[in-house]
Amino acid sequence: MQRFPCPFCGPRDETEFHFAAEAGKTRPEPAGEGGAERWAEYLHLKKNPKGPTREIWVHTTCGEFFLMERDTLTHQVAGSSALGVQS
Amino acid sequence: MTRRYSAFSLFREGLRGHTGWQPAWRSPDPKPAYDAVIIGGGGHGLATAYYLAKNHGMRNVAVIEKGWLGGGNTGRNTTTIRSNYFYPESVALYDFALKLYEGLGRELNYNIMFSQRGVVTVAHSEAEMEIAARIVNAMQINGTDAELLGPDAVFDKAPLLNRGPKARYPVFGGVWQGRAGGARHDAVAWGYARAADGFGVDIIQNCEVTGFIVENGRCAGVETSRGSIRAGAVGLAVAGHSGVLAEKAGFALPIQSYSLQAMVSEPVKPCLDTVVLYLGTGTYLFQSDKGEIVVGGGLDRVPSYAQRGNPPMQRTVLSGMLEMFPSFGQLKMLRQWAGNVDVVPDSSPIIGPSPLPGLFLNCGWGTGGFKSITAGGWLMAHLIATGSHHEISRPFDLDRFATGRLVDEAAGSGIAH
Ligand SMILES: Cc1cc2nc3c(=O)[nH]c(=O)nc-3n(C[C@H](O)[C@H](O)[C@H](O)COP(=O)(O)OP(=O)(O)OC[C@H]3O[C@@H](n4cnc5c(N)ncnc54)[C@H](O)[C@@H]3O)c2cc1C
Ligand SMILES: [Zn+2]
Repeated sequence: MQRFPCPFCGPRDETEFHFAAEAGKTRPEPAGEGGAERWAEYLHLKKNPKGPTREIWVHTTCGEFFLMERDTLTHQVAGSSALGVQS
Repeated sequence: MTRRYSAFSLFREGLRGHTGWQPAWRSPDPKPAYDAVIIGGGGHGLATAYYLAKNHGMRNVAVIEKGWLGGGNTGRNTTTIRSNYFYPESVALYDFALKLYEGLGRELNYNIMFSQRGVVTVAHSEAEMEIAARIVNAMQINGTDAELLGPDAVFDKAPLLNRGPKARYPVFGGVWQGRAGGARHDAVAWGYARAADGFGVDIIQNCEVTGFIVENGRCAGVETSRGSIRAGAVGLAVAGHSGVLAEKAGFALPIQSYSLQAMVSEPVKPCLDTVVLYLGTGTYLFQSDKGEIVVGGGLDRVPSYAQRGNPPMQRTVLSGMLEMFPSFGQLKMLRQWAGNVDVVPDSSPIIGPSPLPGLFLNCGWGTGGFKSITAGGWLMAHLIATGSHHEISRPFDLDRFATGRLVDEAAGSGIAH
């Protein structure tokens, strides 16, 4: 069992967390002007990196979304922070 | 020198001390250029090369594999082959695949140990039985075999299933597909490799593709750990590594890589002669020809390239097995492993041209692409040779993510693999 650090609750079992999305995506605004390609990119396309990555996770126990930096190959976690806060 | 496999050649070789067997394929050095290069020596890549040669007469072809043949998901999968999907597009694809499997051992002159022992998907409530009936109806309308079973018929198929009054997931009935079953995973890869090699295809192992040669906005070949190789067309069939290679080609895909794990027990006497999946536990199992109980379940929910599998999902899968077959609590588990699967939002594959002209995609099979190696190879070969879709692959083009015409099988058939 791996433990992930919730910035609000501290280290908790991985089963309490849910992966939401890759970090750094911006929603097409205004919504009507993006076009299908831009929306497809926002909704579906992924960098899916092998190695270090920045992801949005939710801690289902406290309900908070946050940013986590980890490595998809080694599963090592570099850190986590509340959204909108520089990590 | 023995090339064709048969009972007679086995007997003859037995008489002369097995000295006449030849390697099943050559190990040539890469040539500087090919008409087509396929990246990835899993089932889909090897089948693509075979059908390029067989169906389209393209023999100046290479398959480039960074490790060994079938060392990716093909050699790690639990080998269930079935076509019990919901949407007509999916049934057209997976039933085509199943039909090709039905003749494959003979066609390749290779024993792939194809065994149509049937798959039963078990439902646990009246409400789930209604969903089961809906899936059976959809399958029958789509022209494939399916039968709705009551509880007695399910216990007939798998007598060791949990009948206890305290069962957490009681057996109300299930969906039966009798033509479904399994095959030996390595044999499918090796059989295609040997047959493709027989047509003159170069199979190059221990050679990693590290980049693409792009000229005038077109893919003109690949850079590899053994030098540059030029190609008229390039096919990408690297499953969990699709995103890594897409990035080198300058685009992104709607794919997230996850670990999917499986386990086998020590071998025991025959006790289960079908594949059983519980809707309630998400665990599925069958008994291999060697006697091992093979157990699998859902994805590890952490994006990963680690190919090992985390303990929480292992516990979920094994507790599911104990609920389904209480007597299997006596089994000792021998091995656990994981593959690196390419998961797409609608749980359907991506077959079609990529954003880089000259580079074609066969990926996104996720947790369920062993059953479709035959069709995946056939359709990708069609695409590479003709430059356009076969009618079966058209709905699975990358463009569906912009048009919104998703083929959402996770919602449709509700089955993960
Ligand atoms: C545990 C588990 C159970 C499964 N159970 C089932 C099942 O019961 N039924 C079913 O239908 N499917 C199942 N699957 C899914 C199935 O295994 C895959 O969908 C299928 O094998 C994919 O085949 P492929 O040829 O696309 O990929 P792979 O077999 O993974 O082949 C891709 C190849 O590409 C190579 N490669 C990667 N990067 C490079 C590079 N840069 N250069 C050169 N080569 C590269 C890899 O080494 C690999 O050999 C399961 C998968 C797993 C992991
Ligand atoms: Zn928290």
